[in-house]
Amino acid sequence: MLARIKKSIRKFLGLEAKPDAEDDEAKAETQEKLKTQIKKEVEAQSKPAEEAKKEADAKKAEEEAQAKKEAESSEQLTKESSTQEVEKVADKPKIGYIHMSGCTGDGMSLTENYDILSTLLTDMVDIVYGTTLVDLWEMPEMDLALVEGSVCLQDEHSVKELMEVREKSGLVCAFGSCAMTGCFTRYARGGQLAQPKHESFVPISDLIKVDCAIPGCPASPEIIAKVVVALINGDMDYLQPMLDMAACNLACGCDLQTNVVSKALCTGCGTCVLACPTRALEMVEGRPSHNKNRCIKCGACTTHCPRTWFPAEQIKKDLGL
Amino acid sequence: MAFGTYKEVVSARATDKAIQKVAQDGGIVTALLTYALEENIIEGAIVAGDTEDPWKPEPTIAMTPEEIIAAAGTKYTFSPNAIRLKEAVRQYGLEKIGTVGTPCQVMGLRKMQSYPFATRFVADKIALLIGIFCMENFPRDSLKTFVEGKMNSSLDNVNKMDIGKGKFWITDPEKESGLALKETHGYEQAGCNICLDYVAELADVSTGSVGSPDGWSTVFTRTDSGADIFTAAVEAGVIETKPMDDVKPGLGLLEKLANGKKDKGRKEIERRVNMGLPSPF
Repeated sequence: MLARIKKSIRKFLGLEAKPDAEDDEAKAETQEKLKTQIKKEVEAQSKPAEEAKKEADAKKAEEEAQAKKEAESSEQLTKESSTQEVEKVADKPKIGYIHMSGCTGDGMSLTENYDILSTLLTDMVDIVYGTTLVDLWEMPEMDLALVEGSVCLQDEHSVKELMEVREKSGLVCAFGSCAMTGCFTRYARGGQLAQPKHESFVPISDLIKVDCAIPGCPASPEIIAKVVVALINGDMDYLQPMLDMAACNLACGCDLQTNVVSKALCTGCGTCVLACPTRALEMVEGRPSHNKNRCIKCGACTTHCPRTWFPAEQIKKDLGL
Repeated sequence: MAFGTYKEVVSARATDKAIQKVAQDGGIVTALLTYALEENIIEGAIVAGDTEDPWKPEPTIAMTPEEIIAAAGTKYTFSPNAIRLKEAVRQYGLEKIGTVGTPCQVMGLRKMQSYPFATRFVADKIALLIGIFCMENFPRDSLKTFVEGKMNSSLDNVNKMDIGKGKFWITDPEKESGLALKETHGYEQAGCNICLDYVAELADVSTGSVGSPDGWSTVFTRTDSGADIFTAAVEAGVIETKPMDDVKPGLGLLEKLANGKKDKGRKEIERRVNMGLPSPF
């Protein structure tokens, strides 16, 4: 599965993992290239279909047909090269942002990466679907869907949308703790307006297969930036822990007791307390003591614990050791 | 490799007499943190401060050199300095923070920096992370057991604790007494038994007594920033150094202990995994 994801990410990024060095120049060059390609693509598309702007599906079919036609009539060299370029641009990853039940904190965290956002949105990816982001009713095919929020079992629209996401997206990422573990929505018991029967909010992996999870309440701006950079560089080693966590759908401060303290792993380092966003943990006699009245089940403590998983090689790389 | 990646290893001590007087060994942690604070390399430090209870340290945010010096000396029990990092950043508004930790504490902070899932704008505020050599750590009641049950003293009276020359030493007003280390075995926390890191391999700078003579510490510089700060402190005359080759017992002993911890840890990991228990290493 790793190989499959790796291949698909590299394919839709149209990039191979670059050897370190020569960064800035190479980056500028790639961006320049992308921009010219986009220009060419726009020209190529507007030529035959200027009369009518059709709906997304029709347009796509037409594009495919055109590409096919052009490929068939390959007597002209110039035409052929332009087709290749169009295909390459079309390889920009199509990303969808799907909002289920949550507070939008993860989306806000994403937008806190002001400095990389404009390049990202212009040159690196296509946001093809998303409430408030894209004016589109029908969910298109996507390479990656970022799903924020848990899914409410009594909300048939949410359930239907999530199923559709799985069907139409190559990769599904549980973006933030609500999507990954249910987080604070786990405490919902219904009895509220606008729909009192909405009471069962579950992690999306309860209903669909999830490929990758980014926990955090909210996921920090830095982790989102790191994930984006890793995706662009095809750095699967960095992403591996998030692929490993994809199937995790339970989290709570008491996991620390079950999975770390009771497994003779805790050394009292305090990283769990540092990670907890609600001060539900404190150290008592060198061990995390969990106040379940404050816990929102975000999973930050267990995720951050150096004794649950430890990325030694990544750390050495980051430190230059 | 026994010591992890490092740039340089030297024997060193603080030149300040006030630090030498309160230091565990060479006073390197205290000297580096105070130097970094005075040079504005850090704006504050999280250290293991004393509390009203004897030998019950608590993470303390030190904003002055005096507060750092007041926390000098090794405490052989937990002070999870990481737990106040968020507070130091958000409530104290510190942009550059120095701290000190055992190898496992360094690991927790480094993991947080590489994968900052839930620590919004905290990871980049650690400007200096000093690691201390560590074979194992004790719950406070383990200390109480040796000191009261096996050494006929009381935690209230102990001025200094030390481990060296095969013994656990306490200094109380009457005398200095030692307890064979094998008497302390079995009282260390179990989490230490799978640890493979004796010399804080992921710190900016790591230091500890082993390898150097009394009153001196062995120091590894590891990251670029750690090496820069240490070199600057030496050039400023805050720390004096000797080449490792010139001191006794030297790196040989340190290597033996570091490898010993790795061997023992690997055996314990294997034993646990065979029982179906998890291990992160």
